[in-house]
This record gives sequence, structure tokens and C-alpha cells, in this order.
Amino acid sequence: MLRMEGSEVGSVTATVASPTDSNVILWFRTFGAISLSGFRRYATYRQAALAGVVTNTVFGFLRCYVLLAVAGEAGAAAGYDRAQLATFVWAGQGLLAVVLLWGWTDLADRIRTGDIAGDLLRPVHPVTSYLATDLGRAGYAVLARMLPPILIGPLFFDVHLPARWPTVPLFAGSVVLAVVLCFACRFLVNATAYWLQDVRGPMMLWMLASGVLAGLYFPLRFLPEGLQRVLWFGTPFPSLLQTPLDVLVERDPTAVQVGLVALQAGWAVLLLVTCRLVQRRAERRLVVQGG
Amino acid sequence: MSLVIEAQGLRKEFTVRVKAGRLRRERRRVIAVDGIDLRVERGELLGYIGPNGAGKSTTLKMLTGVLTPSAGQVRVCGLRPVPQRTRLALGIGVVFGQRSQLWWDLPLRDSFDLLRHVYRVPAAEHAARLRRCRGLLDLDGFLDIPVRQLSLGQRMRGELTAALLHGPRVLFLDEPTIGLDVVSKQAVRGFLAELGRAGDTTLVLTTHDLADIERLCRRLVVIDHGRVVHDGTIAELHRRYGSRRLVVAELDAALVTPPALPGAPLERVEADGRRLVYALDSAGVAEVVAGLAGLATLRDISILEPDIEDVVARLYRTPIHSD
Repeated sequence: MLRMEGSEVGSVTATVASPTDSNVILWFRTFGAISLSGFRRYATYRQAALAGVVTNTVFGFLRCYVLLAVAGEAGAAAGYDRAQLATFVWAGQGLLAVVLLWGWTDLADRIRTGDIAGDLLRPVHPVTSYLATDLGRAGYAVLARMLPPILIGPLFFDVHLPARWPTVPLFAGSVVLAVVLCFACRFLVNATAYWLQDVRGPMMLWMLASGVLAGLYFPLRFLPEGLQRVLWFGTPFPSLLQTPLDVLVERDPTAVQVGLVALQAGWAVLLLVTCRLVQRRAERRLVVQGG
Repeated sequence: MSLVIEAQGLRKEFTVRVKAGRLRRERRRVIAVDGIDLRVERGELLGYIGPNGAGKSTTLKMLTGVLTPSAGQVRVCGLRPVPQRTRLALGIGVVFGQRSQLWWDLPLRDSFDLLRHVYRVPAAEHAARLRRCRGLLDLDGFLDIPVRQLSLGQRMRGELTAALLHGPRVLFLDEPTIGLDVVSKQAVRGFLAELGRAGDTTLVLTTHDLADIERLCRRLVVIDHGRVVHDGTIAELHRRYGSRRLVVAELDAALVTPPALPGAPLERVEADGRRLVYALDSAGVAEVVAGLAGLATLRDISILEPDIEDVVARLYRTPIHSD
């Protein structure tokens, strides 16, 4: 079982990187490696991805028929035409799994079991390493979960394709920001486990709020304008799903698209900073469960 | 020698809520660690033992920066563990027997590779350390299997490797042999002994398996109810609690009066006087044999080593005394 011919396992060498690499480059390299591992970890669950795609597609048909019925004879609703509504639904069904509104309890589970201790023993801040992992996961979800509905939808419905070139980079940026922001929200919901042990309550609230207020159940543009403004500026929810989809379907002129993405960025920064503050608070009162 | 761990008056209290009536809950203070002083030099192999709930894991978590102490001073590798946790993480390795620090869904090989980036270890150093661990811990057979599919023994060998790949100065092991079969236990112990022999890495080991301690550690710290009740070598522990090596002499015929031997008091007489058991205080085995040889025919001589389990069980049962 054990061979003892080697000897100096314990030799200590300072782990300092070559002086030519700046810290920023090293930081990105670490971040990239963690992201890549996130991609690989989620890529191992292929059946789950397939089941998810089937579900999202079925619901895509349901939602699309409902919204098109709302648009009715007039052929438009809340400023979207029929093709824009179809794009809104099918891109939304794909994006849902990329931003991952629901079903992430990794952090809460690790807090509950005490495995969080392992995360704290790494030389990388927990918020950073969880974010990097989540970006990797989102990268895999773009390929495995977002592409299928986006390709299936146009086979059955007329969809709106971007007509202005800035829409494409704006949409890409908006998706990345939505992932970061959604991660921060999920991190905060999960982090309540530091205080509550059991996160089912906050999780239910989050599921309800994010489903309604992010634009998943219906486009938020159906709401009165004043309420829309309150939601966009007062809560992060519209920035999770509604913003990238509005950018994609070009409902507004480019200037408004840019404004919406900037607002998203503001929310993402604010909530990431909140995550770090909450994590710091939590560590001060942390009780690691069990042995 | 340089000091690697220095703790003074280390203390940790928790508040727990206890049911005290139908709706009422009382807050109660639980003291997990009650003023521990500890100094560990570079290269030491320290056994840190105590009964369940004595505060072993809590101490380890304070030393590694996971838990904030309620009071006291602590320095590990010259750093303050909680405020400087991420920097300290580069200099220490931790293995929890009851938890996994590897990535469940990744093969060991990928986990190790990720650790190289997380700890920013130059590729050549990483490769060299991994090569040594692969040889010593026989990892090659399961490097490409996802961690969730490994047996406990295989996973533990993976955990040890993962904790050492960044070349830590201190390795904390929290019950590393728990649940392992005899062969895997020996593999882990052998590996740690080898690591200790190199003399660069400081090992702090908590365990309930005292064979781990006997095999690996010269110095033993026993804690109970959050306090240090013994800090010294295993031999000192035996001396202090009166456990000595015993010499069992089998005689051809019983002696009417078993002789008193200087430095070796008679412990007991068995088998109708044909078996005499002497404790070795200051006398050696040879002196006992010489003392008996003139009086009776010796059929057999055997030596019983003191049993550390007995000593520790006695220690755990003794009420706390401050000394």
C-alpha cells in the first residue's frame, strides 16, 4: 500500500511567483482557473442539463402562446410586437438557467454542514471563489441550456433578430452583469444560513420575488410606468432578466439600452460589496457545526 | 528553532439557546476553550488530544483563522489567524477527517491542478510535490476518478496530498484516521511519520486513536473542559500517572515469599505464585531477571509496555485540577 522510498515530502519552498507576473495577472489567472473548474464541475451533470432543456422548452411554448394571445389582433403589447415577444420568451427561457434564479443552495448547505470551514482555509476570498465558480457554471449553461431554446423557438415562431450592431455587445455585457448580480443575490440569500441555519424561509421569499419582479412570469413593461421605475431603481430584480431581454429585443433606443445596462452594473457592484460585508460579519460570529 | 505557533490565554465561548419552557428560550454560555497556552516550535510533531467536546477542534479552528477567539493572543507563522487568514492560508495545510476539502465532482487530478492556481504555486514545484505524494501515498490508481466515487481511504490520501501541495509550514490534522481501516491507517501514519522525519513541517494532530499519537508524536497535549491538563512527552505522561513497564516472570515452582527487588516493586502475584509481575521503576529488566535467577528457575520472561489508552482514560476521568 505504502512505499517509503521517497523522503522529502515536507520540503518547504516559498511559494512566491516569478517577479515578472504582476499581482493583477496572477489574480486573473486564479480567477480563470476557478471558473474553468466551475465549468467542468457542472459539465459532469449531462442528464440534468437535458432534463432542464426539455422543461424550459415546454414552458417556452406555454409562455409564448399566452403572450401572443395577449398581443392579439393588434399585434403588439406594452411596446413589444409579436416577434419581439417571441424573442423575449425564448431568450428568456434560455437565460433563466444561465443567471440561475433558483435552485442554488451550495453555500447554505456548506454553512449548515460546517464544510464552509474548508472555504475559509483557502487563500482566496469566499465571495471571489464562489463568483468565479458561478461564472464557469454560467459559461456551461450558455452552451448547454441557453442555446437549445434559442434555436428551437425560431423553428415555430417568428422572432426578432437584433437590427442595430451595438445591441449584440450590449446584450453580451448585460448577460454577464445579470449573472454576477444574480450570483450576489443568491449568495446573500444563502448567507442567511450563517444566522438562521435553515434557509427555506428566505429562499421561498426570494423565489417568489425573483419570479414576479425579474420579468419571468410576464414582461415588467406590462406594469404602470411609475411602478416600473420603482422596481428598476429600487430593487435589483428587473436587472436579473428583464434588462438583458429588453436589450436583446431592442424595445428601446440605444441610449436607453446603455442606461439600463449601466443601472445593472451599479446594482452588481453594490450587491457584491454587500456580499463581502455580510461575509465579514458572518465570519465574526461563525460557529462551525460539528467536530 | 523558531516558534511556529504561539497562543496565550486562548478562549472561546459560544452562546446557545436552550428551551426553558413552552415558548421561552434561555441563552446559555458554553465555554469551549478556557484559556489555553501553547507554544510549538518548527518541526515539532504535536499530538493534541482530549475527550469529545474538550475543545480540540475549536482550538484548531482558532489557530487556522476559521473561528474568532473570544479572548487571548494567537500567532501562527507570525500571523494573526483571523485578520490575516488569507495570507496564513498560504503557509498552512489543514486536513479534516470528517470533511472533504476536495471538489466533489472533479477527479483528483483536476482538484490538484486547481489547487496549484488557487495557491499560486509555480508549476515545477507543484509537479515535484505531487510526484512525491503520488509515490508515497500510491495515488496513481485513482487520480482520474471523481472524488465522490473514491473510497474513504483513497479520499483521505487525496486530502493529505491536497493539503501539502503548496508546501505548508504547518499541517493541522483533525482526526485524519477516523473511519479508516487498518491498512489505510498505517498508510496515513507512515506518510505523516515520513513527513515529520524531514523536519521542516510542523504537525499538529488531533485524534481519538492513540496509536496515531504513539506512532507519530513525541509531545502530547491533553485538554479537557477547554483546559490543558498535560503538556509533555508520552513518557512524562506515564510517569506522572504511575504507569510503568511491567516484567512478567513465569517460574517453575511457586516461591513462598516473592523477593523484593530494589527499583522494581512487586505489582501482583498470579497463577498460585508461579507468575510474578514487577513494575520497572528505576531497575531494568536485566536486574529483575538477575534478582530472580538465584531463587527460582525462570521458564519465561515477558515485558508489558504501558498502555497509553489506560493512562488517557484515567486522565479523562480525573476531575479538573489546575496546575
